[in-house]
Amino acid sequence: MLFISPATYIAAVLFLCLMGFLYWAILRSMVNTPSETLPTVQFFSVFWIPVFFVVPLLTMRSIAGERSIGTLDTLMTTPTSRVSVILSKFAGAYLFYMLLWILTIGFPLFTGKLYPSAAENGALLEMEPLAGSFLFLATSGLLFISIGIFASSVTRSQLVSGMLTFTTLFVVIIGGQQMGNLADAEGVLSGWAVAAVNYLQIFEHLDDFSRGIIDTRPFFYYASTSFLLLGLSTLVIEAKA
Amino acid sequence: MENTPSIRVKDLSRQYGALTAIHKVNFTVNPGEVVGFLGPNGAGKSTTMRILSGIMSATSGSAWVGGICVAQNPHEVKRKIGYMPENNPLPDDMRVVEYLRFRSRLKEVPSHKLRSTVQEAMEICDLARTARRKIIGTLSKGFRQRVGIADALLGDPEVIIMDEPTIGLDPHQIQGIRKLIDNLRGKHTVILSSHILPEIERSCDRVIIINRGRIVAAGTSTELRDEFLPSNRFSLVIEGNETAVATCLASRGIDAAILESTPIAENRAELNLRVENEGDLGPKLIQFLSNQREFTLHSLAPREPNLEEIFLAATKRSWEETIETKPKISA
Repeated sequence: MLFISPATYIAAVLFLCLMGFLYWAILRSMVNTPSETLPTVQFFSVFWIPVFFVVPLLTMRSIAGERSIGTLDTLMTTPTSRVSVILSKFAGAYLFYMLLWILTIGFPLFTGKLYPSAAENGALLEMEPLAGSFLFLATSGLLFISIGIFASSVTRSQLVSGMLTFTTLFVVIIGGQQMGNLADAEGVLSGWAVAAVNYLQIFEHLDDFSRGIIDTRPFFYYASTSFLLLGLSTLVIEAKA
Repeated sequence: MENTPSIRVKDLSRQYGALTAIHKVNFTVNPGEVVGFLGPNGAGKSTTMRILSGIMSATSGSAWVGGICVAQNPHEVKRKIGYMPENNPLPDDMRVVEYLRFRSRLKEVPSHKLRSTVQEAMEICDLARTARRKIIGTLSKGFRQRVGIADALLGDPEVIIMDEPTIGLDPHQIQGIRKLIDNLRGKHTVILSSHILPEIERSCDRVIIINRGRIVAAGTSTELRDEFLPSNRFSLVIEGNETAVATCLASRGIDAAILESTPIAENRAELNLRVENEGDLGPKLIQFLSNQREFTLHSLAPREPNLEEIFLAATKRSWEETIETKPKISA
């Protein structure tokens, strides 16, 4: 359903336009104020902007849409298990989300073509931070997409599903960061609480990954939460098909 | 396997909170039968069908499809069922052939049979030439309905359940769907629901009338006629004094009542006569009513009660029963 609907491609075009614009803005700002980090690394640090709208757009239809037009019923009468329904909805959205990110490599490559000197200096693209950033996007994407799938499974309205996804993503990404700031600034939290808050720091994870620090804790965080959410979605469609 | 009923339902109940959708429903459907579910809106037809197809679970009671319990082995039951839900939901962005291929893959049709299965279903539903590559969203209602039926046929299921297959169609399309259902008779067990009575009467071997969550009548339309409207009915055209007809018959020992009188011309009326006596009454009536001074008999014809009258009688009876069984609440 995802790949035949025009909404998917609209989301994709919007995403690529916005990301292209952001990349261009980063390059421009670098012309004025030289920076130590690569433009690509800076580019990935604003990952949350597209996540906020692309993830809801990709996932809000997945189950809520089927439920509201009634095709979920016909799907449920086939000998397909509920787990495979949820997993395939997840896989479709996740792979498309990753495909969109992979397409953004085109920006530095394109800039490199236009300004070969910059590319030769290694000022545009470096393999290691890129690989780290992609690893981050791939693992955090598990959580983001499963939030969307879960939100979509609990309602029949795509609008509600989209808003639920957006607010949850906001809380998870920005809320974690704010909690982190609080913990750093005031020292009000005891040791274990700081550790707990750090565990939820999505921006820190990105920082670590792009610097090449691959910790297993973020992996565990993203994988376990997405596993939980997808499990819950399966139970939800089991109960209220 | 021959004597295993295709569908057996025992004491099936379903409640939505305080509302009882169906209450202790029992029925059996034999292989190859076409059975119609008849009932007013909200009677519990769709609920029963949804439980049978495994989308919804029952509050109590059990149902078996092809000898397999729906509650214990829903996965296996779904292999035996082709279900077309009410309003026939279809994805608007897909092409007909794409959709049917997708559905056959979901229904575990082996890949080497995929093409032939889809082709066969499209041919049965007359889609192969006309609408094969069309986008479902652009199809007319009749074609959408056919796509829904084609989908239910995929994978050669033992039981086909169709919820309101003819809703919103024009008479030509209804006839087309009826022919289609006729073709399925004997090969598949078909259950269809409708509140359009002639529809059910023409296409079904047996009728189950359901009202307010209970089965109020079940059987062939002849059986139902005998049960609910046992007396003989005649339609006659009389010129002259209508009331004299009943008195004339009463004097000959025939207990008759005029149910309805419609004037069709000056001094002429069509009467709907109910006669309580048993036996072959036609010749007797002609004999008694001829050569009368007060009126002239123009025509006389036996009237078969149609399903509509049976339905009204059956649902009325069940309504009265439920009112009687309800304990009176005193303030």
